[in-house]
Amino acid sequence: MGTEPGAGSWKPEVSEPLTPQSDPDATRRSVAAGADIAGLVRRYGSFGALVLLVVYNVVFTPNFLSLGTLNANLTQVATIVIVAVGMTFVIATGGVDLSVGSLMAIAAVLAPMFLVDGEQFGAPAIGLMLAIIAPILATTLFGAFNGALVTIGGLQPIIATLVLFLAGRGFAQVIVNGELQEFRNFGSPMVPNFLFIGLGEIAGIRPQVIVMVVIVLIAAWVLRATTFGRYVLATGGNASAARLAGVPVNQVKFAVYCISGFLAGIAGLIVIAINRSSDPSSVGELMELNAIAAVVVGGTPLTGGQATILGTFIGALIIQLLRFSLIAHNIPDGITRIVIAGAIVAAVLAQRQRTS
Amino acid sequence: MADLMADPAPILEMEGIDKVFPGVVALDGASLRVAAGEVHAVVGQNGAGKSTLIKILNGAYRRDGGTIVLDGRAVDFHNPLEAQRAGVSTIYQEINLVPHRSIAENILMGREPQRWGFLDRARMHRDAAAVLGRLGVRLDVRRPLSTLNIANQQMVAIARAISTEARIVIMDEPTSSLDEREVEVLFDVIRGLKANGIAVIYISHRLDELYAVCDRVTIMRDGQTIDERPVAGVNKVELVARMLGKEIGEVRRSGATGFGQPGTRTPGELLVEVNGLSGERLDGANVTVRSGEIVGLAGLLGSGRTEVARAVFGADPAHGELRVRGKPVRWRSPRDAIRAGFGLCVEDRKADGIIPHMSVRENLTLAVLPALSRHGIVDSAEQRAIVDRFIDRLAIKTAGPEQKIRELSGGNQQKVLLARWLCLNPSLLLLDEPTRGIDVGAKAEIQGLIDELADDGLGVLMISSELEELTEGADRVVVLREGRTVAELDHAAASQDTVMHAMAHGDGAGSRELEAGSE
Repeated sequence: MGTEPGAGSWKPEVSEPLTPQSDPDATRRSVAAGADIAGLVRRYGSFGALVLLVVYNVVFTPNFLSLGTLNANLTQVATIVIVAVGMTFVIATGGVDLSVGSLMAIAAVLAPMFLVDGEQFGAPAIGLMLAIIAPILATTLFGAFNGALVTIGGLQPIIATLVLFLAGRGFAQVIVNGELQEFRNFGSPMVPNFLFIGLGEIAGIRPQVIVMVVIVLIAAWVLRATTFGRYVLATGGNASAARLAGVPVNQVKFAVYCISGFLAGIAGLIVIAINRSSDPSSVGELMELNAIAAVVVGGTPLTGGQATILGTFIGALIIQLLRFSLIAHNIPDGITRIVIAGAIVAAVLAQRQRTS
Repeated sequence: MADLMADPAPILEMEGIDKVFPGVVALDGASLRVAAGEVHAVVGQNGAGKSTLIKILNGAYRRDGGTIVLDGRAVDFHNPLEAQRAGVSTIYQEINLVPHRSIAENILMGREPQRWGFLDRARMHRDAAAVLGRLGVRLDVRRPLSTLNIANQQMVAIARAISTEARIVIMDEPTSSLDEREVEVLFDVIRGLKANGIAVIYISHRLDELYAVCDRVTIMRDGQTIDERPVAGVNKVELVARMLGKEIGEVRRSGATGFGQPGTRTPGELLVEVNGLSGERLDGANVTVRSGEIVGLAGLLGSGRTEVARAVFGADPAHGELRVRGKPVRWRSPRDAIRAGFGLCVEDRKADGIIPHMSVRENLTLAVLPALSRHGIVDSAEQRAIVDRFIDRLAIKTAGPEQKIRELSGGNQQKVLLARWLCLNPSLLLLDEPTRGIDVGAKAEIQGLIDELADDGLGVLMISSELEELTEGADRVVVLREGRTVAELDHAAASQDTVMHAMAHGDGAGSRELEAGSE
């Protein structure tokens, strides 16, 4: 008591010792590097869980090893992965973005506006380009709004993004009067091209799967190899120290919300292309929680400063495969939810040991 | 000073109090004796153990050893509530009341008067007003606490304390947010408590206040109680000397530090000039640093030393003139200062220095990243080369560049943080307690390094609580007192005595005194 940080210039006299002279983790590691199962579980836990799930399905689920099953799973997981990548950046700075599902809905209602008439913008191709670019630009700007609330406004990220979590879907519904729009009713000859995003095939693979893989690879590289990536982790690891080392902490925080908005926009377009329709009240529903779950199961702690994009990808796959396995064996949906919740708890518990 | 304890039987006797935190002995047989109706000061440098001792008394911490006798009864508080019930109340600097409830509710919280099971609001307001009246404070007790200024909130906190029949009121830095007039009101209240037989334990870094309001003083150092006597029987210089563990008249040039021969360097161009710096804890501080010199910044805790360094680095806003190489500048953030070639090593490395989850490599190169990157992509080969070079040059003991920095010892963490700036080729380093919490060997190494850097033309502003570091390491010592520059001593004039004297009295005996605004 009485030593809460940030309260004036009060300084506790004896806070914690500056540094433990020897780190228990280090000793633990060196003691039994080979036989340290707990350490292995912590380090490769999520990957191991994924392998177990795959092996289980190969053995017990008929026709699991088919291109169709693989495609189905990857297709279903693509939007979650794409949004969860953005969420990973936000969480790495110690924040969270609750608005992603609503931003997806905004992208979903904006895109059809550019496809209603082939000649609307001079040439159908321009309409198609706008149908892709404009919604993503819009959600990126909404992401910037989140970022401004967090940095300039100084709001807690959970509160700042709650604003658009609520209002964003409202905007989407207001724009189209809450009505579901079906692409088959649209006039633009470019509609089939637009739907290709979700329904086409490139060498037997769905385009959104390719988009997902590209985004994962780029994001993993950005986080590891760029100045920005290091700044993200430094900001989440110790914002005060990062600022004193010259890290533009506020710009970094602002940027991650823009990235999250950008990726939510892409995911929104994929969803309506798969559905062949745009429903402002259902697109991206619960996406914020699914994305956070993928991030957490993947091993990125919510406290910030540590993050793994590949982990997030694996986390999303685990949740997807869990759901698939249970459904494939006719387990009721209620049980499925409980099992997935259990997986999240297990992941968090494993993490707690890692970061202690 | 047992022979001086002839006065009334103590209401509180703490004896042989031990407290160990992981890796740190906070208290080592500390004691505290307070008589009823006495205002008792507890003083000591940062880390002396004052706060820990107080927290053991008020139940926030459990002691590891020793006895506490309150009113002749041995007590053992498990939590602050027990302590409060036994008559020990604490008033913290940040006041722990409920801002959106009324004054009356705050004063009587948990003991609200009831009538037939319902809150008796009228009586609550009467009772609360009566308690405030005892303090000579008149406030509308129905107002929400949050509408009061800090001084009046503090009065409410004190009212709450005495309404719980407190026998001992602990005040931890009570005046830090008060202006002079408010301080006078507080002192009147303290005298009133005293007249009512209530003991006050008063913790403050402002020595003048101790002389104004306290009867006795307990001096702590390194977790031990080293002296206890009437305030009237000790002068300020002596008090400071006891806090720092020095004897008056002791002039030591033992070479206990790793510094070389300060005072023999020829300083170069004027790097930084700070005039009339004011703001939080600052009230007209002046400092200059030239290239190729070490300027020591001395002052008691709370004298504004850290604030000067942070203001020069653009970390906190402050008013006043800042000139860099003669040109007035205004930093928007530390980034600007870093671009101008400045670096800051903070006092609290864990809170403001290291990024704990990151490796030695990443911590070391955090500030140099922009220079290491092309189009935002880090040149990892060059990064690795820099890290290897500095691990080698500063003899950083680490399992390797990929080891997490939090696994390193304090001294090696500090070396990494120094390297964070050195790889930028800085012109000025601001070092806030550069050797605090560092073992003896690494300490001398770091001191030697600072010395070497100054020889090579680096400007250094070094804050230190250790007099040896200042008198043996600095070419010049600037002394701050209550946010103001009160003395500037060159190496020859800066002895432990003159520095202490300036810290205590605000002037350097035998040195040139500074008028505000000069230099």
